[in-house]
Amino acid sequence: MKDTAVILSDEKQIDVFKAVKKQKLVRFLKGMLFLMPSIVLFSLFLFYPLGRTIYLSFFLTDGSGDPTVFVGWENYLNLFTSPIFLKSLRATFLFVLYTVPGTILVSLFLAILANEKLKGIGIFRTMYASTMGISVAAASVFWMFLFHPTIGWLNQILQALGFNSIGWLTDPQWALLAVSISTIWMNLGFTFLIMLGGLQSIDRYLYESADIDGASYFYQLRRITLPMLSPTLFFVITVTFINAFQTFGQIDMLTRGGPQNETQLIVYSIYQEAFMNYQFGPASAQAIFLFIVILLLTLIQFKLGERKVHYQ
Amino acid sequence: MHPVELIGVSKSYDKAEAVLTDIDLSIEEGEFFVLVGPSGSGKSTLLRMIAGLESITSGTIRMNNKIVNHLPPKDRNLSMVFQNYALYPHLTVEQNILFGLRAKKVDKAEQQRRLKETAEMMGLTDLLTRKPKQLSGGQRQRVALARSVVSEAPLCLMDEPLSNLDAKLRAHMRIEIRRLQKKLGLTMIYVTHDQVEAMTMGDRIMVLNDGQIQQIGKPIELYNEPANLFVASFIGSPKMNMGQAMIDNQHLIIEDTVNLPLNVAEIPQVIKRKGITVGVRPEHLLYAKPEEANLFLEIINVEHLGHETLLTFEVGTQLWTAKWLGQWMLEVGQRVPLKLLTKHISFYDSQSGQLMQAPLNKSQLEVVAL
Repeated sequence: MKDTAVILSDEKQIDVFKAVKKQKLVRFLKGMLFLMPSIVLFSLFLFYPLGRTIYLSFFLTDGSGDPTVFVGWENYLNLFTSPIFLKSLRATFLFVLYTVPGTILVSLFLAILANEKLKGIGIFRTMYASTMGISVAAASVFWMFLFHPTIGWLNQILQALGFNSIGWLTDPQWALLAVSISTIWMNLGFTFLIMLGGLQSIDRYLYESADIDGASYFYQLRRITLPMLSPTLFFVITVTFINAFQTFGQIDMLTRGGPQNETQLIVYSIYQEAFMNYQFGPASAQAIFLFIVILLLTLIQFKLGERKVHYQ
Repeated sequence: MHPVELIGVSKSYDKAEAVLTDIDLSIEEGEFFVLVGPSGSGKSTLLRMIAGLESITSGTIRMNNKIVNHLPPKDRNLSMVFQNYALYPHLTVEQNILFGLRAKKVDKAEQQRRLKETAEMMGLTDLLTRKPKQLSGGQRQRVALARSVVSEAPLCLMDEPLSNLDAKLRAHMRIEIRRLQKKLGLTMIYVTHDQVEAMTMGDRIMVLNDGQIQQIGKPIELYNEPANLFVASFIGSPKMNMGQAMIDNQHLIIEDTVNLPLNVAEIPQVIKRKGITVGVRPEHLLYAKPEEANLFLEIINVEHLGHETLLTFEVGTQLWTAKWLGQWMLEVGQRVPLKLLTKHISFYDSQSGQLMQAPLNKSQLEVVAL
């Protein structure tokens, strides 16, 4: 009797094992079903083009983008001997260096101001966030008028103050800075809004406790606000950083890469190479290079950020 | 000279609804003063007004005879423990405790001396390098207390500090806080919604409801002679049994169902004969031998707590509870004989809710120290 009982229970155990396995499979298939729409969309518009670009970067192409001659790494090697590409690389890094800290500092300042509970603060919050609702093209048109050499307000102000007027978009010394300023302005709305959200989610008890302890405003800013805002800051920095590397619209509208290729950022350079010069192979190589640069810098950022960011 | 004195203090938001009306209160030096009331009664607002975190609509707050209405929190020389502890999540326990001292630029050696002393007192010495999220609820609570202790302010405010802890830990921390307060000679103002906390910790209690003072007094006074129906039902657990009553021809008729003989001369302060609400504490609903009983009620629920038994009865529209010591093996549906004595009944005016006649017999027992 005892033996049969043991065998029976063994048999049952195997059944249970099988059933669990089957359940797992069903659960996996169900999960895949739900993921299907995004997998299809991503494959179609992201993974396939990425693969195709990598493929193209090893070829020379004809005018319609079909690969003709396999050249191996030559497209990549040519990049680093081309003075124009090196210049656009330099311009891109400078642009990132101007716009990322500029955007973060200005919007942090505005967010801290707008976080105060004052009468009519809503008006200021709306105003500061408003550039989020303005397209790059529209914003570029505003700035084109502001930068206009003769009728532009900026030069008129300079002249009224007794300075010489500046060729904002035509002077090689000023063009990149001018584009950076307009870009910072365009970025402000979004970063301001995210940071304001971050500031508002900080527990007000922390400030009240610090008030009772007798901590000054700037001490609280340094020891409470900034550390508590660090996850938001990190997010905003990463996003602004990647966006800066991908800037295209305002360059195309304001300077078209000129004067003397001073504002030829990489994405604009890719556009020119591919759709002006019909050199799809070298353009693909540039695109892949940019992708790797952004990927590496973002990874480094995450590594460095880990130590400084306090997640709750 | 009182450490805190409130004279006619009121608070309203946007000139509309009053949150607190006409609060008069003086707190003695070294006293453990408890503000208790249901949520929304304004007790936290009152505490925040004393701390200076909330503005005062009208009235005066004095501390040590000086008007402090206009002073910011940091100049009032007090410390505060918040309900959620308000620990800085990005700082270690040590940095949290020293935050205030560093902000005030207290001398480094002095900081270390106070830190060491406080950490030892609160049993935090081994936890100083941890972050708040690596601590248990009780440990966080102790860090919050340590932060308040280290400031060496003579007045300490606490806003429901124990409400995030489980029942066992809460009972333990009640004793810890009480001991700490006595040891350091702090004047404490303690806000809670839990009447058990209020009763067990307070030297004096103020019951607040709808922004108005209901009663101020020692815990036992509040229990024995609740000034109105609100305090009567709020203080005590299980709560006081209530019922509508009238007096008719030397008989007390409760909820139209209970009829007790009564000597009106025993309750001279009850002039009304109708519109009376009576209150009886659960421990005064006594078991009696059938021949001595003046009340028979049917049990609708029995709760065994081990050391005592809670019985629920239906009296008219009300549910009454009796608390009997020991373990009583009774069944639902049984009719039990009870004895209810006039000297245990409190009489309230149903309309105003005010006390007319307190129970004649106090529950106090004299204990002779051996």
